Amino acid sequence: MTIHPLGDTALIIDLADESSDADQLLALSLFAADAIERARLPGVVDVTSAYRSIALFFAPGQVEQNIKEKIRALILPKRARSRGKARRTEIPVCYDNEFALDLARVAGHTSLTGDGIIALHASTEYTVACIGFVPGFPFLAGLPEKLRVPRLESPRTKVPAGSVAIANAQAGIYPFESPGGWNVIGRTPLRLFRVNENPPAFLRPGDRVRFRRITRAQFDAELE
Amino acid sequence: MTASVISAGFHTTVQDCGRAGLRKFGVTPGGALDSVSLRLANLLVGNPECVAGLEITSGRVRLKVEVDRLVAWAGGEFEMRIGDEPIPILHCARVSAGAVIEISPKHGGRVWLAISGGIDVPEILGSRATDLRAHFGGWEGRALRDGDALPLGAESELCRRFRAAIPIGVSDWSAPRFVPRRRFLRVIRGKNWDDDIGAKLLAQKFRVAMNSDRMGLRLEGGEIGSNNPPELVSEAVAPGTIQLPRSGAPVVLLGDCQTIGGYRKIAHVITVDLGYAAQLQPLDEVRFELIELEESRELLRERERDIALFRAGLEARFG
Repeated sequence: MTIHPLGDTALIIDLADESSDADQLLALSLFAADAIERARLPGVVDVTSAYRSIALFFAPGQVEQNIKEKIRALILPKRARSRGKARRTEIPVCYDNEFALDLARVAGHTSLTGDGIIALHASTEYTVACIGFVPGFPFLAGLPEKLRVPRLESPRTKVPAGSVAIANAQAGIYPFESPGGWNVIGRTPLRLFRVNENPPAFLRPGDRVRFRRITRAQFDAELE
Repeated sequence: MTASVISAGFHTTVQDCGRAGLRKFGVTPGGALDSVSLRLANLLVGNPECVAGLEITSGRVRLKVEVDRLVAWAGGEFEMRIGDEPIPILHCARVSAGAVIEISPKHGGRVWLAISGGIDVPEILGSRATDLRAHFGGWEGRALRDGDALPLGAESELCRRFRAAIPIGVSDWSAPRFVPRRRFLRVIRGKNWDDDIGAKLLAQKFRVAMNSDRMGLRLEGGEIGSNNPPELVSEAVAPGTIQLPRSGAPVVLLGDCQTIGGYRKIAHVITVDLGYAAQLQPLDEVRFELIELEESRELLRERERDIALFRAGLEARFG
């Protein structure tokens, strides 16, 4: 574990040297972020995790002198315990051509058929590694090797809300219309980001996610 | 109780001190790019320091306030008038019901305008700041347009005492200027700093690119080079982080930046210089100067002490 300044009001705790296994690192990061948040350290206003690191943000001028020791004491003795139960969530997806803007491109890169891509995508359990890019956008770890295709050569200026997409080793969902360069292979009727709810994101870091194939009629019925 | 937007200017948004504690859901803190200017403007009119005001970027803005209020502005090189009367920066001014406030740029940048009582848009996720990327908060989640009517909040007792102390025109109190007039930004080393890249960052003059916005200053005109960088796993980033994408052209992240990023973090603009970064406009030139982490933290503590001292001075006189 190494601790680095992220500017003068935040710290990054890099856990990469704690394991060579990406899944274990992700679990440890989620656990560590949770432990630090629960400890309510003085001056800390925000805690996040991402893949194999966590970050702590402080109120201006309130980084404590002995904070590094406190962080080590919170994380290191308990690191073997990792995390307890994860929430499991199912996301309905309509993979019809109308929504699957890049299914043909993915087929070209993978030599799978459209149905083969969908079957593989929908039969995998993913873990929310972190939420970012835009509010509520989940970065999902666990995409099968066979589905790994590069990003679009030139990103779209507008990806429709609810688009379910893949790029390299990751899967994701666009919570609202935004620019983006991932391969869109379907659309969910769920709203993943709700400003009037707390927490505002439908998914949370550490959640286990599966996609469930639905028809166009079901999509229309479930559209939020 | 509203302020009517006669001309919205080039890019004006409702901002406060931003949203805290929601980074894990991808929600950026946002808020005024120079929170110190907003805080000072608020203190000058008797508001709590983080209530919502306006962030004005370039362009000429005209507002008609429908009730008697106090106003103050802080930030870049602008001019402000109420009717024909010029209002100096970092002072408190009376504005009578129906009067028109006009703010126009001299050399640009951004300014923050506080109105006593604050702008009373609904609080969303703990803040009234406009999140332009996710289209929520502020006024309908967007920049202001001509004809918008902004609701104003109730004035505090302190605002009324301030008004009583200004028989006509402008206050005899003012706030100190915190934004340094310099052409360089002080930085500290980032996680992916190396001496070769660092030397290139510090030795050159960069130009702010046209596609810069509240998310970041994109820099051009200097060459840092990418030397085939390793693929990095995404990590947290923050306002002030200087990222080095594969193009080799650095980007200084500002208040509306993403919460995570996968590019190399070569350095960070220190927090006390973010207000200056917020004044940089496309085609402006900028240089960087390296300081040590401890010095930047001390500068920040000093700044917070200065603000606390100013607040205490006002409270001693009017409290």
